[in-house]
Amino acid sequence: MTNVRTDARKRDSLAIGAVRRDFAPWLDPAAKPLIRYEAVTKQYSDFVAVNNLTLNIYEREFFCLLGPSGCGKTTLMRMLAGFEEPTAGRILLGDQVVSGIPPYRRPVNMMFQSYALFPHMNVEKNIAFGLVQDGVPKNEIADRVAETLRLVQLTPFARRKPDQLSGGQRQRVALARALIKRPKVLLLDEPLGALDKKLRSETQFELMDLQVNLGMTFLVVTHDQEEAMVMADRVAVMDKGTIKQIAPPGQVYEQPASRYVAEFIGDVNIIEGKIAEVGEHQVRVTRSDGAGTLLIDLQNEPVSVGQEVAVALRPEKLVLHRDLPTDTPNVLSGDIWDIGYLGDWTIYLVQLASGQIVRVSRANSRRFVEQPLTWDDKVHITFASEAGVLLTH
Amino acid sequence: MTRRWTLFDTTALTFGFAFLYLPLLVLVVYSFNDSRLLNVWGGFSTRWYVELWNDKVLLTALRNSLGIALFSAAIATFFGTLAALALVRYTRFWGRPLFTGMVYAPMVMPEVVTGLSLLLFFVSINAERGFWTVTLAHTSFTMCYVAVVVQSRLVAFDRTLEEAAQDLGCPPLRTFFTITLPLIAPSVLAGFLLAFTLSLDDVVIASFVTGPGTSTLPIEIFNKARRGLSPEINALSSLILLVVTVAVVTSSLLSKRALIPAR
Repeated sequence: MTNVRTDARKRDSLAIGAVRRDFAPWLDPAAKPLIRYEAVTKQYSDFVAVNNLTLNIYEREFFCLLGPSGCGKTTLMRMLAGFEEPTAGRILLGDQVVSGIPPYRRPVNMMFQSYALFPHMNVEKNIAFGLVQDGVPKNEIADRVAETLRLVQLTPFARRKPDQLSGGQRQRVALARALIKRPKVLLLDEPLGALDKKLRSETQFELMDLQVNLGMTFLVVTHDQEEAMVMADRVAVMDKGTIKQIAPPGQVYEQPASRYVAEFIGDVNIIEGKIAEVGEHQVRVTRSDGAGTLLIDLQNEPVSVGQEVAVALRPEKLVLHRDLPTDTPNVLSGDIWDIGYLGDWTIYLVQLASGQIVRVSRANSRRFVEQPLTWDDKVHITFASEAGVLLTH
Repeated sequence: MTRRWTLFDTTALTFGFAFLYLPLLVLVVYSFNDSRLLNVWGGFSTRWYVELWNDKVLLTALRNSLGIALFSAAIATFFGTLAALALVRYTRFWGRPLFTGMVYAPMVMPEVVTGLSLLLFFVSINAERGFWTVTLAHTSFTMCYVAVVVQSRLVAFDRTLEEAAQDLGCPPLRTFFTITLPLIAPSVLAGFLLAFTLSLDDVVIASFVTGPGTSTLPIEIFNKARRGLSPEINALSSLILLVVTVAVVTSSLLSKRALIPAR
């Protein structure tokens, strides 16, 4: 292969996504998972909610189940809480098989999507409820409730009833009530779903701090990918009762395992093609629209000449040019079809000769631009060989 | 937005309320009539109230009626609430439509049929007819009303509240008493008051199943009215009217407070 660079950088030495802290028990074969779903299936009379699913979650992990509604993520969580029993397979918490144990005897607590606060009890009584059930002595209950109220900053509202609180305050009561018993696992069903956008992003960071400080294991169900990306140690992307990929957020974004994951997380452009040559580190892909070839870094998965593939390109990894650059192997040419100005970013929709629309995003790092791009301008999009992700399914 | 009152509105309203409440007003006014004749005004007096107080037959009947109403309403509330729970919570069980129909049937059953069938039943099991047979009969026909009232509240009940309680370590039975029951209490109370009123009001069924010596107030009033009305009955009816009004106003205030929490 003549055109293929052979001095491709070693990808293994590079970090992917954001690195938050050194925590990756899932990479350690000796680490013992806290929660184990073993070949779990949940079938209702007319459809399969969870299909032969295996999943390990580790102690102190912040784990997100992410997927569209009806993908089985809530069922998966409710089976751990004990509100549903698996049709087949088993669920282990530590060394204990939890199937058959009623919800009120399981060492997990759940924060409900609707919060499910008891309307006839005030904030204090709501939070104390779990301890009262366990027969904890009265003075200890009072101490722990006061401590938990401080933790969620609700001390002045202790005597209020739930309907006298704002949405954000109700959310914190629900959280306090679920974590006062210090469960092995805290289950959170769309914990931020009912909050407005600004409050949501503040609360995301609060939840992360809380989880680290309390040293608890969090299992979160969400359909909001931003929420999952920001908070989770690992994300499981689900579809139709199965897991499509389990990985840290950065890896899910930068190395999606399939077209489904690439399209579900963030924005992506898909260029269809066929493998023309396979080199040591890179492959050449012939575009299906007949407009030339692309040079893409080889991924872990082996490919062969003639194989149908999709090249996934994230909009922020594409560069726009007025004049055709000469030193790049990857060019997509077209006209600007539409422009969306977001303040921090500008989105350019470029129409290729084939009619396909390619999304390019550009950070507005300068306040003033000479010769700004405008509608119907001829442009060339370039990208590095490492920017594309080869997807075989 | 307010609309001007037209002559038509005022007239319609006046006649409507007059139609409903004029007879009651006449009843109350004539209970203070000094004359023995029902249609002649003989001056203001409370003598019929005094006479009522000394009428042993009527007072015994009143005591019977209140006792029967209290017991039958209590039993009907218990079973009616259970029936409502079963109907709302177990949406799929064998024979559910039949069961639903059978719970509601007493509401549309002619009272004569209910009364007669209960009489035949009590005779066939050789039960001594009196206070308890009337209580049981009233329970059987007021239970369905309680079920309907409680059911309407249960349908709107958020079941995740029960799941949350169980999740926090509360077993199902305790969950029912600490979470479910306090939240549906207004409807249970309303059902109780409805059953109580229905029992207090019933003549037909009670006439069938009661025995010698046990007469209820409505039966006694009915008997007296056939023998010729005395103003004493007016006084009694006015008192009943007062009690019912107080009960209705109290229960509506109670349920309003249950719906709008105190600030």
